[in-house]
Amino acid sequence: MSEVNKVSNKDFILKIPTQSTNLKIIRDFITDIARKAGFDETASCDIALAVDEACTNVIKHAYRGGDDKEITVKVRYDSDKIIISISDTGKGFKSELEDEAAVQKRLNNLQRGGLGIFLMKKAMDEVVFDKDSDLMNSVKMTKYLH
Amino acid sequence: MQTDIKMNIVEKDEIATLHVGGYLDAHTASKFESKIQKLIQSGNYNIILNFAELEYISSAGLGVIMGNIEDIRNHDGDIKLTEMSDKIYRVFDLVGFPSLYEIYKTQEETESSFGSKS
Repeated sequence: MSEVNKVSNKDFILKIPTQSTNLKIIRDFITDIARKAGFDETASCDIALAVDEACTNVIKHAYRGGDDKEITVKVRYDSDKIIISISDTGKGFKSELEDEAAVQKRLNNLQRGGLGIFLMKKAMDEVVFDKDSDLMNSVKMTKYLH
Repeated sequence: MQTDIKMNIVEKDEIATLHVGGYLDAHTASKFESKIQKLIQSGNYNIILNFAELEYISSAGLGVIMGNIEDIRNHDGDIKLTEMSDKIYRVFDLVGFPSLYEIYKTQEETESSFGSKS
């Protein structure tokens, strides 16, 4: 089951199985911390949406629907921002396919697809995908308190 | 903990209203898709999605609407959206849905808009 470790006052980690039924647990976890960090209701919901989309990508794509692995969600905040890192050992996100112009074109043509990463970028100030040498994929998202 | 979606269909004057409540995310989107598919298969092309009880929507839910709209509009129908909270509207707005779909404040207004088309 899920495991929440409070590392420091402003540092949180959630390790949770890759099951879509856990998305609400992840959203609630993020929303509570975003509020605590000082974000208003709209911004807190935006942050939870971005994290939901990132975790959905892990569940649907990185693990091809398998539910025997874990997603790790790390959250840190300070006086002007919140930083969320989501990592997994799956096949990685297709971030290169989800540029804004392509998604906008699909939206205009009423086609689905690519919306998740598009929403992550809309909801957060910075979204950076990374794949390091030990096959751990990660996305790091930052939102500033404006 | 409740993580599910609640749906019921009300048919009136050749308009089918799908009331959607709860959480519409990657966990529940397939149930939402099945309901819309059933409506289409039974010849309902004038569809209202009433989101009065909807707590949450992610791209999984938006994708279902996008995935079915072409078929419905090709049959001279439409999917129109109504009674969503500001929180839900925010997600639609982030992806530019208001310029692609008709969104109304009340169920009554939405029903009338179908009437004015024919």
